[in-house]
Amino acid sequence: MGDKLPEHVLAGAAGGDLPVQELRAQFPVLHQKIHGHPLAYLDNAATTQTPLAVQQAVQRFEQHDRANIHRGVHSLSQRATDAFEAARATLKRFVGAGAEHELVFTSGTTEALNLVAQGLWAAGPAKAWLRAGDRIVVSGLEHHANLVPWQHAARMSGAELAILRPDAQGRVHVDDLRALLTPRTRVLALTAGANATGERPPYEEMLALARAAGALTVLDAAQAVGHAMPGLAQLECDFMAFSGHKMYGPMGTGALAGRRAALELLHPLRLGGDMVEWVSYESAGWAALPARLEGGTPNVAGAVGLAAAAQFITDVGRGAIDRHLHALRAQAVAGLSAIPGVTVLAPHAAQASLVSFVARDVHPHDIGTLLDERGIAVRTGHHCAQPLLDHLGLGPTTRASFALYNTSEEVDRLVAAVARAIEVFQ
Amino acid sequence: MSNAENDLYQEVVLEHKRAPRNFGHLQQPTHQAQGTNPSCGDRIAVELQLAGDKVQDIRFTGQGCAICMASTSMMTEAVKGRDLAHAQALQQHFRAVLTGEEDPEDAPLGKLVSLAGVRQYPSRIKCALLGWHALMHAIAGRGSGPVSTEEGRP
Repeated sequence: MGDKLPEHVLAGAAGGDLPVQELRAQFPVLHQKIHGHPLAYLDNAATTQTPLAVQQAVQRFEQHDRANIHRGVHSLSQRATDAFEAARATLKRFVGAGAEHELVFTSGTTEALNLVAQGLWAAGPAKAWLRAGDRIVVSGLEHHANLVPWQHAARMSGAELAILRPDAQGRVHVDDLRALLTPRTRVLALTAGANATGERPPYEEMLALARAAGALTVLDAAQAVGHAMPGLAQLECDFMAFSGHKMYGPMGTGALAGRRAALELLHPLRLGGDMVEWVSYESAGWAALPARLEGGTPNVAGAVGLAAAAQFITDVGRGAIDRHLHALRAQAVAGLSAIPGVTVLAPHAAQASLVSFVARDVHPHDIGTLLDERGIAVRTGHHCAQPLLDHLGLGPTTRASFALYNTSEEVDRLVAAVARAIEVFQ
Repeated sequence: MSNAENDLYQEVVLEHKRAPRNFGHLQQPTHQAQGTNPSCGDRIAVELQLAGDKVQDIRFTGQGCAICMASTSMMTEAVKGRDLAHAQALQQHFRAVLTGEEDPEDAPLGKLVSLAGVRQYPSRIKCALLGWHALMHAIAGRGSGPVSTEEGRP
């Protein structure tokens, strides 16, 4: 896929200390000033930046191999098809898929989750997995993308939506899930890492429990897939959704990985070319997986770039990346917590690579504007997780989220700028 | 000091944020409406007591950023005791200044000119207009249903 990283970068990563300066050189966008200050890009839970290896892989495809896939007999079409399928194979390895798994390319996590939620009712009341009177369990930690499609699925199928509510600290508990599971529970949808707080639910155990109860299990891995996590084959997981742009890959890319048997239950979202086996004027027969769920011309360059991003992460090493991120998070939690009036959400979530916080009497939008003045990019708002923040009795928050190119010095700048903003507004 | 500290967050803005005017509820509002900013979930509710064409009294509740609170607070001062045509004209001028269509020095904004710096921060224009959205909907008599700064979005 992408270009190999320089040897000295790899050597450093293997030793456990991330060679951050060398890695930063791979990300051209970082080298700019914002309002006269060096950019400190701390909005990685929203979108990470792409390294040269990813950009070059996309460019190489566009300049040498671009053609439509699965339908031409000419050389470029064959090369494009090979590149697309090689990207699929790389990503299946990256997520730890087994022989029983398949991976479908999507435009991102949102499309992947919609593909599942809609696919489970769209076949109609006679054939769909979800029927009137069934139960869908969704955790209260979810991003809107793993909640709103289930609200719609419940309405369309007549199923009931039950929320696994977090406690006052924003944690979800296995016993609470157990109490929600009934013989009619057909789906559990759960995040592997909450984007608004950093909370990590005990998803391995929860997926296993729900699956043993007869439910299909859906894991939103958008915040987790670029980090150390169990392989898909080690999880009791029927569907796993993730995005490319949160793992150093291109925007508008992502995937739904899952058990073939579960993927076959889905009514396709996009009907049309490339997803059919045969078509007459009256009806059509669907193609086998994964083509069935990939109607229309896919984002082939995006898939190539996404695979390059997976290779980049593997080359640098997930363990070394995570150690670096956890240290940055710990530093940020300590620094921010020491500022009077600041409350850090989920301070216990040491595995997170983000820190979300509120400041008494100071609104996140105002903090965000003053941080931007100092070249620091953070996310402010409800992070598309409004019900969770309402449940915790919080309004919007400020969130700093880290990637492998962030430095301890940037965290110091963050803490100092937040302290200054609070001084201005209180 | 950064530019935002000088231009965006002038002292009068911070002062209105810390002590918003006309904050609270009316005994018997004749008109009311709520505005929501979908990016942060902030809500501002405006209550009016109209007598004919005149804004006899106005109150607001809710929470928002400094820009939102100061803008709404100054708005209530500017429209209280005035007629509806004045409120609507002021809203149009204020909006035109923020979107760059009108020069702040030419617009009859009074104290609200202190928020003209928002025009340099496009992502914050919604914050400054939230209370005004609610006011306009309340005047239009569209009831107490919520309105959004991005109409049509969930």
